[in-house]
Amino acid sequence: MTKPCKILVVDDEPDLEPLMLQRMRRRIRSGEYDFVFAGNGVEALERLREEGDIDLVLSDINMPRMDGLTLLEQIPDVDPNVRCVIISAYGDMQNIRTAMNRGAFDFVTKPVDFDDLRITIDRTMRNLAEWREALSSRDKLVALQNELDVASKIQQSILPTQYPKSGNYKIAANMEPARNVGGDFFDILRLEYDRIGIAVADVSDKGVPAALFMMSSRTLLKGAGIGSGTPGEVLREVNDLLNEENDAAMFVTIFYAMYDPETSELTYANGGHNSPLIIHADGSSELLPLTGGIALGIVPGIEYGESSLKLSPGDTVIFYSDGVTEAMNADGEEFGVERMREIFEPSPPTDPEAATAAIFEAVHAFAGDTDQSDDITCVTLHRNAT
Amino acid sequence: MTSWTAAQTDNLTIQAKREEGTLTAATEGRIDGANARLFLEALENAIEETDTAVLLDLSDLAYISSAGLRVILQTAKALRAQNAQFALCSAKGPIREVFEISGIDQIVSIHDSEDAAIASFKG
Repeated sequence: MTKPCKILVVDDEPDLEPLMLQRMRRRIRSGEYDFVFAGNGVEALERLREEGDIDLVLSDINMPRMDGLTLLEQIPDVDPNVRCVIISAYGDMQNIRTAMNRGAFDFVTKPVDFDDLRITIDRTMRNLAEWREALSSRDKLVALQNELDVASKIQQSILPTQYPKSGNYKIAANMEPARNVGGDFFDILRLEYDRIGIAVADVSDKGVPAALFMMSSRTLLKGAGIGSGTPGEVLREVNDLLNEENDAAMFVTIFYAMYDPETSELTYANGGHNSPLIIHADGSSELLPLTGGIALGIVPGIEYGESSLKLSPGDTVIFYSDGVTEAMNADGEEFGVERMREIFEPSPPTDPEAATAAIFEAVHAFAGDTDQSDDITCVTLHRNAT
Repeated sequence: MTSWTAAQTDNLTIQAKREEGTLTAATEGRIDGANARLFLEALENAIEETDTAVLLDLSDLAYISSAGLRVILQTAKALRAQNAQFALCSAKGPIREVFEISGIDQIVSIHDSEDAAIASFKG
């Protein structure tokens, strides 16, 4: 059974209490109403504090110590969600108006018509129930938003903010998270002998569990990368560790590359991620051939193939997530790799930061007002021309 | 043979049918982060313990995100546990590419047509 509606009756006339209990006896017996009484505003505030679960205050206006209109002003400090109904003399429009302006929900007139009072109480309670439901939905929404904020903070916190550079290369990166939190991350590791590790990754699914999975993927990748394994070994190690405890069948696609500025050699392995685009100094471009690896976290004990190539002066490699190529416009078309190539056809990149910015700009221009449904991530490595 | 609608929303419809212990679920529309859970629940509800094979027909699927791929992996895992076969069929070029890039085509078999998939279950 639902909890009875708890009503605090405030009146200095002692006769009202027995009358109320008598006329409302059926509702009391059936468990619909429960009454508490107070003789003036001061007592009413005490009752409100003591009881803590009053739903409705039914108050007279003229009372000693504290009148009904003053009480109305003070109730929200004790309980902002309680509803107040004023009992006033018939025709006392001025006080009724004042009471309504001070937040009374309704009024009844003296002498009290108990049938009318029941209707008023029930109507007030329905309003209160709707109000509470709205509050609880709002709380749920706030909780959900907080959860997403946590996930988004985790995601932002793991991104590097400073990138290495040398006379041989420059690097730039950016990630724009989708509003409802996606699962992209990138990392740029400083390895032994001035080599660098570059990772772009996309975790399946969203929310806090995905963000935690992202966190462990990134930590494992960093550990394995700095342990100076080759890219294939790094992915194999991360994959095996991710598989150890992964009942939720989450997975992460990772493209991991190691660049050696000494030799300009880029060695890479792929775990189910999109193929990076290489743009040469003459404007020609192609996708790096993939190495056939499966996304990480799905099958333990597998090997990840490797490929390598030598970057020529002026070459630019763009590592990205599917948030770039699958960005959609209002017609449901995807941005695709071709549009990315077209950006640089007239003038191949000379600066990775400008190139990264140009990609984001082109994706935004293409998508227009269409909602961004996935994170957009881009890491650009440029071998200096001279 | 029995057939029914396993899911129906603005952007995703799943039509299911069962014939001799083989459940075929045809997906139409888009599977993304927002409806991946619904996709999973629809499959879980449609699959019965007595099913010996499950086929996902992707002919009319226009898009699948990584969250959707995860549901397919979860389903594959659950079906392995009940010793049932699982396959996909009729994926269009871009969808097939998603499976190839992620490497999931190496874990779940993808056939060109429903008939080819059914034949593989029997073989």
